[in-house]
Amino acid sequence: MSAHVLSLVGVRKSFGSEVVLEDISFNVPVHTATVFIGASGSGKSTLLRCINLLDGIDDGVISLDGQSISDPRVNTDEIRRKLGMVFQSFNLFPHMTVMENVTLAPIRVQGLTKSDAEEQAAELLKRFGLLDKAKSYPDRLSGGQQQRVAIIRSLAVRPRLLLLDEITSALDPVLVNEVLSTVRDLKRDGMTMVLATHEMGFAKQVADEVCFLHKGRIVEWGSPEQVIDSPRDPRTQDFLKRVHEAGRL
Amino acid sequence: MSSLNEGATSRPGSSGFENRAFVAWEPSALELERRAIRRKQNHRNVIIASLSSVLVLGTLLVVAITSPGWKSLTDTFFKWAYGFEVLPKIILGFTTNILLTIIAATCVAIFGMAIALTRTSRSPALTPFRILATIYVDIFRGIPMLLIILLVGFGIPALRLRGLTNNVLILGTTAVVITYSAYVAEVLRSGILTVHPSQRAAARSLGLSNFQTLRHVVLPQALRRVTPPLLNDLVSLIKDTGLVSILGVTDAVRAAQISSSRSFNYTPYVMAAILFLMVTIPLTRFTDRTMRHAIERQNAQGMA
Ligand SMILES: Nc1ncnc2c1ncn2[C@@H]1O[C@H](COP(=O)(O)OP(=O)(O)OP(=O)(O)O)[C@@H](O)[C@H]1O
Ligand SMILES: [Mg+2]
Repeated sequence: MSAHVLSLVGVRKSFGSEVVLEDISFNVPVHTATVFIGASGSGKSTLLRCINLLDGIDDGVISLDGQSISDPRVNTDEIRRKLGMVFQSFNLFPHMTVMENVTLAPIRVQGLTKSDAEEQAAELLKRFGLLDKAKSYPDRLSGGQQQRVAIIRSLAVRPRLLLLDEITSALDPVLVNEVLSTVRDLKRDGMTMVLATHEMGFAKQVADEVCFLHKGRIVEWGSPEQVIDSPRDPRTQDFLKRVHEAGRL
Repeated sequence: MSSLNEGATSRPGSSGFENRAFVAWEPSALELERRAIRRKQNHRNVIIASLSSVLVLGTLLVVAITSPGWKSLTDTFFKWAYGFEVLPKIILGFTTNILLTIIAATCVAIFGMAIALTRTSRSPALTPFRILATIYVDIFRGIPMLLIILLVGFGIPALRLRGLTNNVLILGTTAVVITYSAYVAEVLRSGILTVHPSQRAAARSLGLSNFQTLRHVVLPQALRRVTPPLLNDLVSLIKDTGLVSILGVTDAVRAAQISSSRSFNYTPYVMAAILFLMVTIPLTRFTDRTMRHAIERQNAQGMA
């Protein structure tokens, strides 16, 4: 078994004639967090969707625990069970309570009994301070609470790897912090993660490696201190300057 | 009322600061005054509404009763004694309408859902069925239902095929199901399409299969959204079951027609109409309420 949970080699993705990802290669060792930064439209969401097999790739190889998952013969449902994903918004199922959201996959996919699944879910909710919301519907929760429930829901299937796509960009600044502290907790617990974010401060806190994506290519990568604090590539410098001007650093 | 300064005293009972959690909230003098004003306004509104209603409706009634045609009108349409005499027959006919509605609604739900699912699926294996379903919907939404009833009800027996029924009740129901399935399939399909694509992606990324995603995530949300239009279709369906009387099915309309043609009096039709209204009005009110709730829920969701 490979030491890398996830590895991509030469991945390419296009929509029609528009090439969105080109020659993407990187490894994610176990218990580490890889953070993707880059301008809007640079391909961050597409990359995460490709890893989660929600979009097919045009070329290259994606492997999970050394097994190629870009092979058309793999069972995509089975692979997705090993991956948790949280999106920018519209994550939770509005017709289900928090508890039903969190127990849906354990019951339907993993075949747990309802009581076992609820016990496990209650434990998770308690750990993240959301047990009192178990019976609430998502529209009664704040945006931050909704995103935290979405994270908990993806943890309930015990994924090998968590994919988080700009999970705070639809939130106002106060709520951002509570979601980010949840992610920091996960990081401390040793969860392996790939994230896309606009929050540079947060990237510095959780990232083991930062990759700067520009027009579908990784143009710079390294430790957060190196990429965010002293970028070498002029394109990274330009991007960070603009982020800085927007007041997000 | 606008002269009251709302901002200055909007925190009633804020005097005992430390004890605030323990002291039960008492409306302030300002709030009491506002309530009194609101009560007075309500009273005035009720009085205005009653007065204008009595005036308008009363005038209409007086004009109707004093008009020269009133006597012959009541004799022709509202001869209640005769109406109650034929009522049992019409009620018996009406049970056919109800039965037909129940059977047709069940078949339409199943058939309409099958068509909607076929049309929204992306599976390549279903491509020919998708094309057929689209043609089906286009055709049967575009033809008056009366024509379908005539074509099925008189056309199929004309084929003289063995094994096919000549029972007008079954043929009439079939025609209704054929037409309504096309309408309901489109309502269901629009509901399925309005479920946000992220919901599907979220379900799939949890490892749910295509079918599980449909069953647990997409359909429950879609159905909730289209409940009001579906209830509207149910009201129409109840009324439209009256159309099968043209095939000779003895439903409420036909029963009324038989009585009426014997006596040259139209009260039986009015009795049949009242029977339909007794079912459709409560259902319409219920639909209105469901629709209001659906809108409120949607607004609440938009704010979250
Ligand atoms: N389904 C699709 N069909 C066609 N083009 C698409 C599709 N999804 C994404 N794209 C294109 O791919 C490019 C990358 O989009 P992507 O959503 O991955 O960017 P992003 O880096 O996540 O941006 P943001 O920071 O705004 O979320 C964009 O130019 C977008 O227009
Ligand atoms: Mg994105």
